[in-house]
Amino acid sequence: MNWTAVKSIYLFEMTRFFRTITQSFISPVLSTSLYFVVFGAAIGSRIQEVEGVSYAAFIVPGLIMLSVITQSISNASFGIYFPKFIGTIFELLSAPVNFLEIVMGYVGAAATKALFIGVIILLTAFLFVDFEIQHPIAMVGFLVLTCISFALMGFIIGIWAGNFEQLQLVPLLIITPLVFLGGSFYSISMLPPVWQVISHFNPVVYLISGFRWSFFGTADVPIGLSLFAITGFTTLCLGVIWWIFKTGWRIRQ
Amino acid sequence: MPPIVEINALRKAYASGFEALKGVDLSIEEGEILALLGPNGAGKTTLISTVCGITTATSGAVSVGGHDTVRDFRAARSMIGLVPQEINLEPFEKVQNTVKFSRGLFGQTPDPALIEKILRQLSLWDKRDAQIRELSGGMKRRVLIAKALSHEPRVLFLDEPTAGVDVELRRDMWEIVAELKRDGVTIILTTHYIEEAEAIADRIGVIASGEILLVEDKDKLMARMGKKELEVQLSAPITAIPDSLASDALRLNEDGTALIYTYDTRSERTGITKLLAEVAAAGLTLRDVVTRQSSLEDIFVGLVHEGDAP
Repeated sequence: MNWTAVKSIYLFEMTRFFRTITQSFISPVLSTSLYFVVFGAAIGSRIQEVEGVSYAAFIVPGLIMLSVITQSISNASFGIYFPKFIGTIFELLSAPVNFLEIVMGYVGAAATKALFIGVIILLTAFLFVDFEIQHPIAMVGFLVLTCISFALMGFIIGIWAGNFEQLQLVPLLIITPLVFLGGSFYSISMLPPVWQVISHFNPVVYLISGFRWSFFGTADVPIGLSLFAITGFTTLCLGVIWWIFKTGWRIRQ
Repeated sequence: MPPIVEINALRKAYASGFEALKGVDLSIEEGEILALLGPNGAGKTTLISTVCGITTATSGAVSVGGHDTVRDFRAARSMIGLVPQEINLEPFEKVQNTVKFSRGLFGQTPDPALIEKILRQLSLWDKRDAQIRELSGGMKRRVLIAKALSHEPRVLFLDEPTAGVDVELRRDMWEIVAELKRDGVTIILTTHYIEEAEAIADRIGVIASGEILLVEDKDKLMARMGKKELEVQLSAPITAIPDSLASDALRLNEDGTALIYTYDTRSERTGITKLLAEVAAAGLTLRDVVTRQSSLEDIFVGLVHEGDAP
């Protein structure tokens, strides 16, 4: 393993993040605060408790997931698309690194940024709502796994994208609906039976459910299944990236 | 000593069906400067990209320092530095950060002293904390060279390093190349400036339509091309060269109206004065004198045209 290269890519990407640190933090903190004001304080006060948890607290895990998933994808897809766009990818392709090292550098950095933001949102949430985390270790585990798996997916999108429009398209058309309909703001059990069944085809449901379980001990799907889903998703993404580098799809002529 | 870069029967066909390389064989000796001359679209960049791992070959093999560039890509690529033709740089990054990044990417531990030496050598030290977008085109090209040198490569590929660069910077670039050669770096550069190949290369290769047409020592090539012809046109045709003039360098044209003398422009004595004196002494009357030089350009164009023929 060329660990020096992994570290170099990682730090180089993180520098980009720190260069734009204000906007990186302000926007998620602001939007989360707005969500809490609207859903937590204004509307939430009229909503009864969900599974024994106040509505404002109930949406905390969902809100964190919403931001973390969006951030992981956009960070990672931009991170690899940008070198492709400006041409600096030549250096990556001619360096003595294999696909795993490239992925660890780029995806690692993208996941770290998303994790930072996830933590910031969690801290912001404490300012607005009163809640406790029942399974802190599981919570961190889910958060980290989510960051990594969606950063992997973002990396694939970044390689696939041929222009900036496509780069925005997948997150906008696929990910945002999946996350919103994945139970960020409600429990799946609140839906009519038909939609409950349909929801089980949404992979994000398993993530949010598992993550919420680590907060409150209640879940829409068994925790084991959640863990299985996220592990499976991570493996799938890794497999696709392995194939991309093996065939040179969209990166090597 | 085995060649440091060995290219065997390298072929590259793109998905469109276009065959950019048609079985290239090339050996490059350690420490030499090889200039690859060729028109646009000859396959120069594809050749370099394939050696460096940016493009995958359709068939054939490349080894660098004895390491196969596919099977043993880590060892092979560690030895290679690449300066691409296009100025591909992160616009918002600082000069020294991007150079340090390149060193790390190639698996080398940080060496601030070396980075400083390289930046000074390329007159970039004063600009080390400038963002790349603030630099001029020539400076950006230097940054690309600094990046390529940051991991101390044994083989350096320069893909048209002086394309679109002003005369002064071009001379600077040659200076830098000469200095690298003194450090023992093997350099392969592509260019379509014949003047450039003449100025810095040890050997010259000519490539056209994906094929290497010729690889020769520059001096030999230059000797071939440094020849000049002096045509001494006579007032009255003669049937044979007078004995007093007989020499290997002199021949008579077909209709006997002119003597053609071949000489080397670079030798100290061209023998022209002597020839003209002897011609006068032999009682021949001159009508006119014409000189002709075969240039690298002529040979180059000739070769490329042969390459074009079906």
